[in-house]
Amino acid sequence: MLKLDVNNLGKRFGARAVFEDISFSLECGQSLAVTGPNGSGKSTLLRLITGLLVPSSGKVNFTENKKKLDFDQYRKRLAIVAPYLSLYSSLTAAENLKFFAEVDGRRVERNDIDNLLAEVGLDGRADDFVSAYSSGMLQRLKYAVALLKNPDILIVDEPTVNLDENGKGIVRDIISARRKNAIVIIATNEKEDYPLADNICQLGGQGMGGR
Amino acid sequence: MPTTSVNWAVRVWAVVRKDLTTEFRTRYAFNAVVMFAVVTLTMISLSLGLNEPSKPVLASLFWVVFFFAAMSGLAQVFVREEEAGTAPILKLSSSGSVIFFGKMLFNLLLLTILAVVIIPLFIVFFETAPANWPLFLVGLLSALIGLAGSTTIIAAIISKATVKGALFTVLSFPALMPLLVAAVEITSVSFVGGGFEEILAPLQLLVAFDVVMITLSVMLFDFVWRL
Repeated sequence: MLKLDVNNLGKRFGARAVFEDISFSLECGQSLAVTGPNGSGKSTLLRLITGLLVPSSGKVNFTENKKKLDFDQYRKRLAIVAPYLSLYSSLTAAENLKFFAEVDGRRVERNDIDNLLAEVGLDGRADDFVSAYSSGMLQRLKYAVALLKNPDILIVDEPTVNLDENGKGIVRDIISARRKNAIVIIATNEKEDYPLADNICQLGGQGMGGR
Repeated sequence: MPTTSVNWAVRVWAVVRKDLTTEFRTRYAFNAVVMFAVVTLTMISLSLGLNEPSKPVLASLFWVVFFFAAMSGLAQVFVREEEAGTAPILKLSSSGSVIFFGKMLFNLLLLTILAVVIIPLFIVFFETAPANWPLFLVGLLSALIGLAGSTTIIAAIISKATVKGALFTVLSFPALMPLLVAAVEITSVSFVGGGFEEILAPLQLLVAFDVVMITLSVMLFDFVWRL
């Protein structure tokens, strides 16, 4: 059983502490929504969990059957969708998906790519350059890249940002389906997104509580 | 989604193909490298006028042009990833060794294209050609491998810095000094028509440099890339 343990996690940028002493554990099939005002460290917490940032104090550990996974072991099973992540704008959507699959050690066929794009509502747009995508389409494509991995750990920062109502529905369906078998962490201030998680972690001094 | 797994070489080639496709569509590094080489060669040729420099001086000039032209474009492999915001998702998508060798191979291809552009121009502008072509090509190939390996790890380091442009050349020059000295020596011998026995020492130095730099780079890359 895959498990995430966050122990006494803290992050400082220079003299300023973003947060300190955050601890929680999640197992496959459990989900967490991180909320809090702007600047409370929601995105920083997600980046620390993914290993894209190094903590100032505390630890983030992924374990499977009590055996600790190193970065290369857990990154293969982790996918992140976030506004600060970019895709290759001079490649088409299909080329982006093919690249991210192959570089991660998987070969995908064209019909798999088309099906994946249809799943996020981008049918017929596979051969469009990403530079021509709107911000909402780009957000959908990021979900397609994340789903390529069939991830056991799904981390989403601002899940519905830039999306229209149809897009929000698609994304909430994706997250809801993933929750059953994966560790899902979302950072959001949208109350409509709270039902996507079992627990809520309020940053900015409010602590963590079950919902 | 049903997928089949691919081996390490295919993953490395995916990085090379992605960078080649991006480069072909944007000409981000290629234009800078080639334009620098053409302008520098023209300027040196005009400033020399009717003076005929010695073969060792010509060998030095060849590598001065090659080094600075390479410096103007090779850092882009990582700088572009950081500036475009694609580095984080790439870090989570593959192992360090795949990224390193993919980027190194791309830089090696770029250097090979640069050589294909510079060598004929050099022959035309300076009316001189290597008298011993096999020796010249052996030296060139060994130097290009070392140059690609070293500049790839240095590009990864400087991509995290604020002042990227100047830092790349400043860091690369001392690191590449042994390579440049050996490359100039081999090129000089090839211009005067010397034999293989005359380049054994610099060639050994070049090969040793290539092995040490690439091994060190692979060992250090994960640490640098994940910073």
